[in-house]
Amino acid sequence: MGTVPSTVARRGRRSTGLSTMKKRQNAAAYLFILPFFVVFISMLLVPLWYSAYLSLFQSQLIGGETFAGLANYVRAFTDLAFVAGLGRMLVFFVIQVPIMLGFALFLALALDSGRARGAKSLRLLYFVPYAVPGVVATLMWGYLYGPDFGPVAQLFRAVGLQAPDFLGEGSILGSMMNIVTWEYVGYNMVILYAALRAIPPELYEAAEIDGAGPTRIAWSIKLPAIRPALLLTVIFSVIGTFQLFNEPSLLDAIAPSAIDDSYTPNYYAYNLAFVNQDVNYAAAIAFALGLVIAVVSYIVQLTTQRRERTNREGSR
Amino acid sequence: MTSTQIDVAATAEAVVSAPPASPQSPRGRRRGPLLTVMLWICSLYFVLPLFWLFIASTKDNEDLFSTFGLWFGNRFALWENLRSVFTVQDGIYAQWALNTVIYAVVSATGATLLAAMAGYAFAKYEFPGSRALFSITLGAIMIPLTALALPTYLLFSKVGLTNTPWAIVIPSLVSPFGVFLMRVYAADAIPDSLIEAARVDGAGEFRIFGQVALRLLGPGLVTVFLFSLVATWNNYFLPLIMLNSSSLYPLTVGLAQQQAASAAGGGSQALFSTVITGSFVSVIPLVVAFLFLQRYWQSGLATGGVKA
Repeated sequence: MGTVPSTVARRGRRSTGLSTMKKRQNAAAYLFILPFFVVFISMLLVPLWYSAYLSLFQSQLIGGETFAGLANYVRAFTDLAFVAGLGRMLVFFVIQVPIMLGFALFLALALDSGRARGAKSLRLLYFVPYAVPGVVATLMWGYLYGPDFGPVAQLFRAVGLQAPDFLGEGSILGSMMNIVTWEYVGYNMVILYAALRAIPPELYEAAEIDGAGPTRIAWSIKLPAIRPALLLTVIFSVIGTFQLFNEPSLLDAIAPSAIDDSYTPNYYAYNLAFVNQDVNYAAAIAFALGLVIAVVSYIVQLTTQRRERTNREGSR
Repeated sequence: MTSTQIDVAATAEAVVSAPPASPQSPRGRRRGPLLTVMLWICSLYFVLPLFWLFIASTKDNEDLFSTFGLWFGNRFALWENLRSVFTVQDGIYAQWALNTVIYAVVSATGATLLAAMAGYAFAKYEFPGSRALFSITLGAIMIPLTALALPTYLLFSKVGLTNTPWAIVIPSLVSPFGVFLMRVYAADAIPDSLIEAARVDGAGEFRIFGQVALRLLGPGLVTVFLFSLVATWNNYFLPLIMLNSSSLYPLTVGLAQQQAASAAGGGSQALFSTVITGSFVSVIPLVVAFLFLQRYWQSGLATGGVKA
């Protein structure tokens, strides 16, 4: 962090503490950050606090709101609907995220190798889905999956086969994974690609001269070098996955039998608050979900940094 | 928790401070025809669905059901469909599009300005509490935004802000990641000596920011603006819970409701091609923006944005 050394402040007599110049600069700095923090506090910290507060109460038909301690949280973690939703997101995370990031990493490495023709256009084409709103992406894939005029169903029918049911109970999670993958491969690819471009070429020129092939270089030089960027994409994927809302809520309209109102934790919280009007329990669900996300992110970090930590402890 | 946040920040910083990719590829040596073919085949996965969307928006309802999805139908009905997109329900689609533009542009402008001021202060001033405040800002990147939507809704309904444009714009002004990005950007882009020189010339702190700093922050500002714009443009959850008059809806909520209506059937089958064409039209502006502003996001996306 570069800071402007205030020459006046340094020259000023120590007994008076801060010089007027330094004071004026501090005042300016506080004024610069003030507008952001006004919105930050009112739109982030206050709602967060209010949500925590709400989650500690229960509303009854008789007697109105009463303090309930952690009862809502006990209820949440013993609520099959919530736990099943969390489990579903865990499955989603374990299957979809490696596929998405693996695909993104492959594309980034391939483009970075400079061996493909039209790399610039390819990069753009891969990225385009990110500019498509999640709602439109889901609507579009919903039609593509559909049995009536979806092209896949049409192809199957044309050769006289039964079209696969993409919107059935057993397959809809996979169909959602595909939508999210389609949307975010390009986005993650660009993050990884930027990190790859930032590796100084000297790092692997020597290896190339020694005859190491592109796969070897990718595995032992490039991958370790972009670990921070990979970690960033994983953490963003954790946050994105566990908050899944658009896909279930929109697919619910075309596949009502496959998606119930607690299909994902976030969709559950929404339905609790706006359909069941159980605001207190919904707040507890949302807060509990936040905790789960924090814990999973933390575990991801611990796993990726295990090696460094072991080294550090070993040297003690 | 705190160490997690700092780690993420350090990670992101490592990515951000990466030098921009050089346009000519010094690493390209041999061309691999096999790799080229493979990569172009991969691109079909990303492009074909959108191609289908375009084809489908040129078809009338009958062709939609009876002709193959990935090629034109018997009749080219794009203009007809466009007319119906903009005339159905008294042309409410145009209203939704206008709302989307207003919410996204106002939010992104505000978020960018707030982030630029705060990021600049964190980068260029050493003031009591700056470290703690910056850590808190970083920690907020990890807060799942949807966890906030519900309490924000309840608070807004107490002060009568729900079902107004403010309900969309005000929460979208907070961009902790934008602050972080601007801090990293300002630290590199604005030389300390320049600020000192301006001070010696007697310029006030705010004039230095407005006349010296903002100009040097240009590319960083565009990046933050573009990604805030996308976040608000694509947001569905917040407007869904905040708004209930359809004249205030953005495109995302409006299209979702039209789709639900057409899926429910009830003689409104004609809506299928309208919803499809409407979806297609809604995709165009952002795709065009990304194409034209390539050079910004190609280096700037590295810093990412939190998925909406």
